[in-house]
Amino acid sequence: MSRPLCTDPTAMPDFAGFALTCLRGDRLVFTGLDFHLAPGGALVLLGPNGSGKSSLLRVMGGLLKPFRGELRWGDARVSDDPDAHRANVQYVGHLDAVKPVLSAAENLAFWAAMAGAADPMARARQALDRLGVPHIADVPGRCLSAGQKRRLNLARLLAAPAPLWLLDEPTVALDRAAIALFEGMIADHRAAGGMVALSTHTDIATPGGTDLHLDRFAPDSGHDDDDFLDEDGEEDAP
Amino acid sequence: MTRFLRLVGRDLRLALRQGSDATIAVMFFVLCVVLFPFGVGPEPNILARIAAGVIWVAALLASLLSLERLFQTDYEDGSLELLSLTALPLEAVVLAKTLAHWLVTGVPLIAAAPLLAVLLNMDAAGFGVLVLTLAIGTPILSLIGAIGAALTLGARRGGVLLSLLILPLYIPVLIFGAGAIDAAINNLTPRPHLLLLAGIFAAALPLAPWAGAAALRQAVE
Repeated sequence: MSRPLCTDPTAMPDFAGFALTCLRGDRLVFTGLDFHLAPGGALVLLGPNGSGKSSLLRVMGGLLKPFRGELRWGDARVSDDPDAHRANVQYVGHLDAVKPVLSAAENLAFWAAMAGAADPMARARQALDRLGVPHIADVPGRCLSAGQKRRLNLARLLAAPAPLWLLDEPTVALDRAAIALFEGMIADHRAAGGMVALSTHTDIATPGGTDLHLDRFAPDSGHDDDDFLDEDGEEDAP
Repeated sequence: MTRFLRLVGRDLRLALRQGSDATIAVMFFVLCVVLFPFGVGPEPNILARIAAGVIWVAALLASLLSLERLFQTDYEDGSLELLSLTALPLEAVVLAKTLAHWLVTGVPLIAAAPLLAVLLNMDAAGFGVLVLTLAIGTPILSLIGAIGAALTLGARRGGVLLSLLILPLYIPVLIFGAGAIDAAINNLTPRPHLLLLAGIFAAALPLAPWAGAAALRQAVE
């Protein structure tokens, strides 16, 4: 179900994770990670390559099950109803999900329709306008540049709205003008009570956002596995 | 339901614009059947005897041909992740994509089959049953194939693995499909074969999307 964003931030549930442990293959990526996102909040994931930024975003979205720990959406445990949680999320990852034979607007309209928009095509064109690329609406996906594809993906955040945005290095391939537009989008989304979690290596202005350094949660060698659940991970002050 | 139809619509549109899958499947089907008279000789009696089996085996292979790409492109470009994040359950995603696959590759096979039956000198009594068995059977092929396509997602040489995984599961469909036609030609009732085929379809319809979705969840992780 796509829910309209509330204008009253206090009515939105918050989103938190407790003692999260992520295992990829047989490698422990991070352990004992806690985070908390209040309505209107932003979480900026920092850390060197391989520190688990992408993995954490995928755990938050329900694409990846945490090995230990739990996620809470308001008072509800995400693991009780993972499908409901997925509808809260809009995810922009490294892959662009642009179909080469569909036009930019058709690509976007499909995702808007999947989010339950009444007039997906109109929404798609609006979103492309907002990102400053109305002229690519009828261009087939195979002719788009990397930056245009990226803008198309960010336009998806507007065309198919969801309360929680998970953005994995969203500014890759974007020019300065687009980054400024994008910062404006994040600010508007947060003002409407939405939440943002993003990983980045460049500076994206997120005033009042919380930084989460993932290298702090890297497993020490010789760490005892059974301690994770009792461990009180350090929480970043908002 | 609208989301389900949107996804079917998108896949059909993609297939029509790319245009290759449907034509390749039906061309392969026709060529495969046409090879047999060259191999076993042009004697009408022999051809009439093997027609049902030949057409069914060719249909099996033709539907296998494009199965590898059922989830592959969506998986590679990241659409599958996004699809799994929509309100549409993954089971419905599998069913929608399978339905689109069947409409694109299965329906043309059904349309081409009577022509090939004439070519192989099949007894006219079998024509109706041939179309009927294919109409029940090809959706089963797509459904079982969807499980295999989901399981082999991300594997290297997935297409070969897919064939090895799926072809044994196609055997019951082949037996009852060809059996029904033979029964009709020999003046027996094809009804038991058709009922068994319909039974397999009824079982595959809920089970295949369920199993396929489980496999996709693994692949998306």
